[in-house]
Amino acid sequence: MEEKLTLFKNRKRFGIERNIDIIFKNTALVLSSFVAIILLGIILVVFFQSFESFSRYGLKFLVTSEWNPVKDEYGAFTAIYGTLVTSFLSLLITIPLGVGTAIFITEDFVPKVFREIIGSFVELLAAIPSVVLGLWAIFVMEPFFRAFFVFLHNFFGWIPLFSTEPTGRNSLLAILILVVMLLPIVTSIARDSLNQVPKKLRNAAYGIGASRWKTIFSVILPAALSGIMAGVLLALGRAMGETMAVTMIIGNSNAFSWSLLSPGYTISSMLANQFGEADGSQVSSLFYAAFILMILSLVVNIFAQWLVKKFSLKY
Amino acid sequence: MKSLYYQKRLSRNIGDKFFTSLSVICSLIAILPLIFLVTYILYKGGSQITPELFTLEPNPPGDDLDAGGINPALIGTLIITTIASIIAIPVGVGGGIYLAEYSKGGAFSRFIRFGVNVLAGVPSIIAGVFIYALIVSTKILFGSMYSGLAGGMALSILMLPTVIKTTDEGLKLVPNELRYASLGVGASMYTTILKVTLPSAFRSIATGVVLGIARAAGETAPLIFTALFSYYYITGFGDLFYEMGSLAVLIYNFALEPYDAQNKLAWAASFILVLSILSVNIFSRILAAFTEKTKRV
Repeated sequence: MEEKLTLFKNRKRFGIERNIDIIFKNTALVLSSFVAIILLGIILVVFFQSFESFSRYGLKFLVTSEWNPVKDEYGAFTAIYGTLVTSFLSLLITIPLGVGTAIFITEDFVPKVFREIIGSFVELLAAIPSVVLGLWAIFVMEPFFRAFFVFLHNFFGWIPLFSTEPTGRNSLLAILILVVMLLPIVTSIARDSLNQVPKKLRNAAYGIGASRWKTIFSVILPAALSGIMAGVLLALGRAMGETMAVTMIIGNSNAFSWSLLSPGYTISSMLANQFGEADGSQVSSLFYAAFILMILSLVVNIFAQWLVKKFSLKY
Repeated sequence: MKSLYYQKRLSRNIGDKFFTSLSVICSLIAILPLIFLVTYILYKGGSQITPELFTLEPNPPGDDLDAGGINPALIGTLIITTIASIIAIPVGVGGGIYLAEYSKGGAFSRFIRFGVNVLAGVPSIIAGVFIYALIVSTKILFGSMYSGLAGGMALSILMLPTVIKTTDEGLKLVPNELRYASLGVGASMYTTILKVTLPSAFRSIATGVVLGIARAAGETAPLIFTALFSYYYITGFGDLFYEMGSLAVLIYNFALEPYDAQNKLAWAASFILVLSILSVNIFSRILAAFTEKTKRV
């Protein structure tokens, strides 16, 4: 009996080791909850800082475009409109280009080596810092497109979107640099989801006599749609939050205009421009704008995650 | 018999040709500007590189003479990125360990994974705004306002989701048999993790972390009102608590200057930034491909 007990006792770990184990586990637990703390912290801090402006303007802040530190009147309509217009229009251009490129590099039009080189090249481009893209936009893209913008204005000036005389930096340039920035994201995610479509689906479609593009449009793309959609939403989130390149090229003007050829503003470029020098209730109004930007990107992100979860198990 | 041959005029074949050329055109429109962009940055920036660039302070804009160098910004980027890594890597790896090794797929871990994805999608400028409100405007760091330390903290928020995700996914790829074997011979959980699972996932985690660091090094938006910018050499430890320059903010500031000398400096800084980020990316890609080939299953 006595002997059995000591044996049993020896089976247990030493107290010190057990404590280390418990400490290790709890440390990991605490560290993982940092994510939640930071996320909640960001939301709370930005919300409380914007409280003064929020209680003063309420929802009127969203629809007025006065931004006047001298008179202490603030409204973010121009910036919100700019954020939405630049991100949606840039996506509109990016989606066909990106998905087209993704199809090109997942089909066997050219040998596999070339496709892989193109694919990894596109992925590498996602790593270029946006401030460098902004620099490029200022010194290369803007002079390059100047004549084209004048042409646009001269021939399509009757459309409100092109109704102002182009003078240097404008919203259309911001849209174009966003396209350059989003293309790698959309292309690589679309490529991944196209690659994940099981081969037997394609073979089945070919087997019953579908042509290549009939197969792509009716079988492959629908099967990959949820992944592509999620990638597009991710890109939308990036476009809305993108700061540097847009700030450098959009012209930063709070005067509202329908025209894409006039300087504009986005929420993030407004933050980048004014935050350093702001004081008083302007700071609170900037935080309010930041809060709106955060809500916009949160909604897009959560929707993207929901989409992936909802549709990813289909095949 | 004719129907067995390929017929060019058939509407389905014409349609196929049409869409194939459309996708080729899409790829060309997408890829050519990108190639042009990279070569232009490397060419234009590379032609500005001189030895003095790495040793001098930048001159304040205004005199059209010499723009000086980018030494403070280069060192500043290294310091700020290091601070961010020091914060984000332990927190991220620890959190990833919890998610992959301890959590049992319950509500908490699902919430954290969700939070990681959401945090990854938070615009980078929001991280700057957050640190500004929390640290810069409250002067909580020994009374200093804009500082390299605050900039590093803002960057660490951006790095954190990447580090957690790669740790989580890297550990999940480790076969369970290794864990069973280790626990079976009587090792405790933390010994198993530190001595068995983490080392075998080391390469994939390291790759992800390095890519995260490279991405953070090019971030500008979180720094423009946390670390601000400085024209002066970084001389000692105390400089952590003052404004600190970085390559990214230097590019931003000097690109908007009307002077040619400053613009050239911005191109040179872009060259160094892009070249180092791209080489880190290419190197880790090669390493990852190499790992994949040699992996034993």
